[in-house]
Amino acid sequence: MATSKSRTSSFSRNLTAVPSSNTPGLKYGPNGTIFISSGIPDLDKILGGGFALGSLVMVMEDAEAPHHMLLLRNFMSQGLVHKQPLLYASPSKDPKGFLGTLPSPRPCKDDKDKSRDHDPEQEGLRIAWQYKKYFAEHQQTFDNTRDGKHEYCNDFDLRKPLERHFLSGQHIDCVSILHNSDLGALRDRCATFFTQFPRNDGSITSAGRIAIQSFCAPQCEYSNVEWDMLSFIRSLRSMIRSSNAVAVVTFPPSLLLPSVSKRWQHMADTLLSVRAIPDEDKELANLLTGYQDMVGLLNVHKVARINTQVPVILDATTFSIKLQKRRFLVLECLNQAPIDGASGNSYGTSASCSASSRTGTLEF
Amino acid sequence: MNQRASNLLDEALGLVDEGTNPWTLSGRVLLIEDCVETSATFLLHHLLKRALSTLSSNVVVFLALSQPFSHYDRVLRKLGCNLAAQKENNRLLFLDMLSSEFPDGGESGLVALYGKIEKVVSALIEENKKSITIIIDDLSLLEVAANGASNHVLDFLHYCHTLTSVFGCTLVALNHEDIYSSMEKPALILHLEYLADILMKTEPLATGLATDVHGQLTVLNKETWDGQGRSRNRIFNFHFRIKENGVEYFSPGSRA
Repeated sequence: MATSKSRTSSFSRNLTAVPSSNTPGLKYGPNGTIFISSGIPDLDKILGGGFALGSLVMVMEDAEAPHHMLLLRNFMSQGLVHKQPLLYASPSKDPKGFLGTLPSPRPCKDDKDKSRDHDPEQEGLRIAWQYKKYFAEHQQTFDNTRDGKHEYCNDFDLRKPLERHFLSGQHIDCVSILHNSDLGALRDRCATFFTQFPRNDGSITSAGRIAIQSFCAPQCEYSNVEWDMLSFIRSLRSMIRSSNAVAVVTFPPSLLLPSVSKRWQHMADTLLSVRAIPDEDKELANLLTGYQDMVGLLNVHKVARINTQVPVILDATTFSIKLQKRRFLVLECLNQAPIDGASGNSYGTSASCSASSRTGTLEF
Repeated sequence: MNQRASNLLDEALGLVDEGTNPWTLSGRVLLIEDCVETSATFLLHHLLKRALSTLSSNVVVFLALSQPFSHYDRVLRKLGCNLAAQKENNRLLFLDMLSSEFPDGGESGLVALYGKIEKVVSALIEENKKSITIIIDDLSLLEVAANGASNHVLDFLHYCHTLTSVFGCTLVALNHEDIYSSMEKPALILHLEYLADILMKTEPLATGLATDVHGQLTVLNKETWDGQGRSRNRIFNFHFRIKENGVEYFSPGSRA
């Protein structure tokens, strides 16, 4: 406990000591890293600030569900709201069409903040008391960024498309990777994109975002050539290290050989995966609270460690993806439902302890 | 607990703090294996620091495919080692291979790379530098750079191995073991495990993640000489916790 507390406090110390940056979409973190928001407030909190500039984020898709699109859309919208140039590549014939599905930021923040942030305080359980003190500290650091017109992270309304003015007059580059038998063209486009954000130790002017969707999807001609794809990811990674940008690449690992998939996973700085939740799964419904509202699951496998060797150990690595009011993406820790003693099914390792499952006499 | 080695890892590697031969890894091959859940780059940082902090004739040749110099510089600075200064004093030769490519099968590129390393090493030997350590971070990226020609990478490593026997260099390489565990004939990793004198492997704890213990480390030291001049294999297993300024190693179950 002591260690996690000191980590939390040093993180907040760094943040409050640095003056708020002039550019609204950036946040300074420890070890000289600068974060940009993922577009999902909960994900920013989980990752300790957002996506670090110079890092490669990879999202492993589930072939049965398009949840990775939720992450991509919010990521792209957030960049457009902050006027950060965007390069988008996808295996569709007309990637520009995807821009029309990007969500719009929620206009008014105040009631949302109050309703969500005050919940833990109202619970008032004695057990939760000692955790509340960590929670309150954590909240403080993020509340600092909520003042002013331009917020670091917006809440996106998935039912409302992004207004036109965010899309026009912007540096948005869309690339179709359907017919590229040579990945070189995409690599060159990325290289040109990166020249806008060189990383020198001086002040940072702007940050860029690259979103590559379903990178090894089978309809792309080059998906048979695995080493070419690996080589592309490697060059993307090395180019991004020396620039102030973040690349989010989603891919379906089921289409790759396990060893190739592992290579991709090692190359990622931040590694996430999304999974579908089957509808009407009675066992899961008994196991987890709020099952009906869950859209899917998000796993955090790795968090970027730039300029440091200390790994990030999260309290939880699996989160449920929910749509609040069917519009706003939230991530929640999984909460185990209370064990029903009468039914005799208990979850996981506590089976040996619960005698309620046995109606017979005690054995000793 | 141990007067000779400052921590469990150094004891397992046979590295002692003081004495007549501070750098006992000359002529040995160290293979570090890790997985997605538990990265072993902290071991590279530790060895880099140890190699640069002993007798002034130690030189390190660092093949960096994974991270830029600024990353290692910042990490090592927190560990108490100034890489930029070592670079200027010619004690560290940092080869930034982040974006280097070896087109057409990688053979000519790898041959050229080996040639460069061999030239540097023989020049340093002539200058009477006693210990040269070659560190490769990491091998799986070398395979990608060679466009999948693992056999060429293996040849390159065999050539580097000759440097350990001829010139007494230390060769340290990091590879990701979980990439090969699903392959049928993972020649590269099998050859390396055979060649290596010391194998270090990091794995997550069987019980999952914990803030106090970041993983477990197994060290297999194939030839250790005990007092009577006999050699034997020794296996060490301990847990570790990584901090900014160092790593704590402790026996499983204890926090000593």
